[in-house]
Amino acid sequence: MPIPIPTVSQKNKTIEISGLNFFYGKTQSLTNVSLDIHEKQVTAFIGPSGCGKSTLLRTLNRMYDLYPGQRAEGSIMYRGRNILDPGQDVNMLRAKVGMVFQKPTPFPMSVYDNIAFGVRLYEDLSKGEMDERVEWALKKAALWGEVKDKLTKSGLSLSGGQQQRLCIARGVAVKPDVLLLDEPTSALDPISTAKVEELISELKQDYTITIVTHNMQQAARCSDYTAYMYLGELVEFGETDQIFMNPARKETQDYITGRFG
Amino acid sequence: MIGEHSSKQYDHELETIRSKVLLMGGIVETQFLDAMTCFRIGNVERADRVIAEDDQVNQLEVQLDDACSHLIVRRQPTANDLRTVMATIKVITDLERIGDEASKIARTSKSLHGRGAVGINHYEMVRTIATATSDMLHDALDAFARLDGKQALQLIAQDAVVDHEFRMIMRNLITFMMEDPRTISSALDTLWVAKAIERIGDHAKNIAEYVIYVVEGKDIRHTKPAAPIPDLPPAA
Repeated sequence: MPIPIPTVSQKNKTIEISGLNFFYGKTQSLTNVSLDIHEKQVTAFIGPSGCGKSTLLRTLNRMYDLYPGQRAEGSIMYRGRNILDPGQDVNMLRAKVGMVFQKPTPFPMSVYDNIAFGVRLYEDLSKGEMDERVEWALKKAALWGEVKDKLTKSGLSLSGGQQQRLCIARGVAVKPDVLLLDEPTSALDPISTAKVEELISELKQDYTITIVTHNMQQAARCSDYTAYMYLGELVEFGETDQIFMNPARKETQDYITGRFG
Repeated sequence: MIGEHSSKQYDHELETIRSKVLLMGGIVETQFLDAMTCFRIGNVERADRVIAEDDQVNQLEVQLDDACSHLIVRRQPTANDLRTVMATIKVITDLERIGDEASKIARTSKSLHGRGAVGINHYEMVRTIATATSDMLHDALDAFARLDGKQALQLIAQDAVVDHEFRMIMRNLITFMMEDPRTISSALDTLWVAKAIERIGDHAKNIAEYVIYVVEGKDIRHTKPAAPIPDLPPAA
């Protein structure tokens, strides 16, 4: 196996999280989490249910803002500013930091409009430009070949795996910097899963990707960096090969080897 | 072992592999000791038994390789489990070769003693290297059984002693052969045996290196931790 040569992109940090605390009302669910998300790399968050990995992901585009009583403290630096600041424009943030959820969530509209909908919120494109953008996004999501003749059909008529790739295309269409994937394949069959994983490795050429997964083999397969979380704390963060071959912390080893009681 | 898996079956599979490796280790250790006895006193029956036991060792190698492949497919081991499986696959190769070397010693002993007149004190010649190697092999198996990285490191250092001893034996035998050509065939047999013993020492060292890999996750093969490579002088 060739030794990976550290490149400039590996050293660049897209997001720097430091001293992050998160509260659901009075319940603290993240405690003093600090880590860097590297540019054009895939970072995986793993850990048992309730460890805070999805919460951490949801802080990165302030998805939690939608729920009263949830708040975050600390700092998440993105493009030179702390996105937790009340002054942060969350709509712009979510355009730059897109999210794909566990279950495919296509809008009840045509395949074409599923993609165009988000783009129209941020950009004013002509019909021709929009057609190009839709095709580009669907190609990026490796879905174009399968849906190019069904652009006017409902997004809901696609298979589960296609729906999930449609959601990824929708996320990509607004040209974000970062894609947050919250268990993107847990509702998919192995072939669709493999397609989404393949897609992840292609998308990281252009985007910074963060993925939450329960499937440790998936984290091992597609990520460059892995963070192991437990009870709201970051236990270990490092290069994926190191985490899976020779973790530094016993807690990490117990979890990834299945010794977790 | 370091605590149990959520899956008891997984623990059971790993334990089965481990105990079979130790069984295999026990057999090759006995093979080596028996082969050395044959070399010393020329017991043909025992030599035949050493050679016959090699089949059993070969069978165990095949079974263990298969068990390791199964474990990888079914469990996708990670971290220390992965290292244990990787190391096991390599350890059994070394054990199998130790078995081969022991058979070689047994066969050579048969032919040496079969010819009668020996002419040189063949056993005395290899006694030191045989003892050192037998200790190394024992320690290697012990370190593997107890996952003792410290013991493994100690025995790796022993290999240099064995190599040195082998070179002494060779020089010694050459003087015998030059003095009296009638000793050549028995001297060569003794040399083959010494070489086989030296190889067993190398295999024991390999096993020790795998133990360190399992315990610390460091691959120390082809490295010399005691003596860092000096900077090369600029090419003339």
